[in-house]
Amino acid sequence: MDRAIRTRAAALQAHFAAHGAIPVETPILQPAEALLDLYGEDIRARAYVTQDPLRGEQMLRPDFTVPVVQMHMAKYADPARYTYAGEVFRRQETDTGRPSEYMQVGYEVFDGRDPAAADAEVFALIAAPLAHLGLRAVTGDMGLLIAAVEGLDTTPARKAALRRHIWRPARFRALLDRYAGRSAPPAARVALLTAALPFGDAPDIGLRNRDEVATRIAALRIDAAAPPLTAADIDRLTALLAIAGPMPVALAALDQLARDMPAIRQATDAIHRRMDALTARGITPATLHFDATHGRGSMEYYDGFVFSLIAPQHSDLPPVASGGRYDALTRVLGAGAAVPAVGGVIRPELVLTLEAAR
Amino acid sequence: MTLKLGVPSKGRLMEQTFDWFATRGLTLSRTGSDREYAGAIDGIDGMELVLLSAGEIPRDLATGRIHLGVTGTDLIREKLPRWDTIVDPLAEMGFGHADLVIAVPAFWTDVDTLDDLDAVAAAFRARHGFRLRIATKYHRLVREFLRSHGVADYQLVDSQGATEGTVKNETAEAIADITSTGDTLRANHLKMLSDGLVLASQATLFASRTAPLDAGDAPTLARLRAMIA
Repeated sequence: MDRAIRTRAAALQAHFAAHGAIPVETPILQPAEALLDLYGEDIRARAYVTQDPLRGEQMLRPDFTVPVVQMHMAKYADPARYTYAGEVFRRQETDTGRPSEYMQVGYEVFDGRDPAAADAEVFALIAAPLAHLGLRAVTGDMGLLIAAVEGLDTTPARKAALRRHIWRPARFRALLDRYAGRSAPPAARVALLTAALPFGDAPDIGLRNRDEVATRIAALRIDAAAPPLTAADIDRLTALLAIAGPMPVALAALDQLARDMPAIRQATDAIHRRMDALTARGITPATLHFDATHGRGSMEYYDGFVFSLIAPQHSDLPPVASGGRYDALTRVLGAGAAVPAVGGVIRPELVLTLEAAR
Repeated sequence: MTLKLGVPSKGRLMEQTFDWFATRGLTLSRTGSDREYAGAIDGIDGMELVLLSAGEIPRDLATGRIHLGVTGTDLIREKLPRWDTIVDPLAEMGFGHADLVIAVPAFWTDVDTLDDLDAVAAAFRARHGFRLRIATKYHRLVREFLRSHGVADYQLVDSQGATEGTVKNETAEAIADITSTGDTLRANHLKMLSDGLVLASQATLFASRTAPLDAGDAPTLARLRAMIA
């Protein structure tokens, strides 16, 4: 790897360390199981999987967040701040122009005392060494959509299904259309639910048994009997997803919407507190773009504040920096224990690319 | 120089390939004994026949060891990422039809679509503590298909043969495999999802985009294209 990239990575890590972060390292080889459980099979398309005869499937570190969370949960007490610098490895199946190995320098905060302040701290510390690059900041908050789904007037099963697919916008939209009665249920579903004997004459095979099939049929009957989502609910959700603009403008729109949609009140208040915390750190909120859908296309673990710093003149480049809040991830990896956490990474090689292009 | 044509070295696929070229004025034949993988082409100058295992033809097209090759679209798409930048399909040959499909136990009357499969995968994981297993040898194709359709909470387990038996043996809950008539699926008490067609494959003549062509090869390729047009 280019020496200049390593030098820059070390300088960025020193910047985070100077603000109180403990430098940490994580193994490059990670047990595949935890990553597969977290990301699902899709991660195989993006990470290198290798086989170890004794340890089973191993993955070349596709990011630092998971091992840093595991390390924190196993060894350290809150509050804590960490910084790391090292290579991550990403398979490129479609785009030969993107590197399969590159450096990330990160800063992660495990501190639940003041989440808004922690969000602003991470953003400010990541944005500061990139200020000369004229990057565009795009922010969002996954908590809004999660709260909006929770607030829908519908069955818990439907809410759970929508919640599960927040990060897969196409399926989310298809579910929404079906729950709203906008798309007809599949013919086979209708036939099944009207059949006197829902089981055919095929023998039971496999681990999923007849009891599980019967349980799902019962759930489908409940779903078929549930009233459709109201047009007003759908309209409000659509309005929420369309909110975008400079942060203060978007926030005014959220305040307006929250009057009809009390479910997003708390999440909206959290964005107010974050905006105040960003202002207190000398950042002008009007310079930050807010997009309610930002974060839906990224890694599934972000569940609150999300941000990306992108080079507006270089739309072909990935974000120079990105990050977000991942409180739920710490519960998944912490075996019951959970800690509010937020962090982000910078890609030093992109910093150098942009500096060279200026 | 000569243009090398790679053709499956045995079985019905080889015979049908020979017949297909024969009706277009090109006689392909094996030379020497039955056990020897060498061949000849009559009816065009400047071409050479290479008999290969069907599974190796995509790789040999990609490395440019052969200029032309006959193989299934399924193998090309599974084995060659960005296949359309590596090979150029010249002709669909109308045989070797095989559909890559997702199939589940026939008694799963609650599952007919990918939407159902996704919902069942979530419930299965909650109940059994691991992700619903789909046995296949077409990992890339199946993963891309399921991702584009928003299916989650599954895992692919490798099965290089007798895939239809994995459900009964409880090493998988569903399968993704090639079927032509569906008979093997039915015999193993499986059914295809109504929207579970991953890929409809058939034998196809591909040209390599990477194999070097010299001055003599280009006219040969043009003649061949004219004969099969």
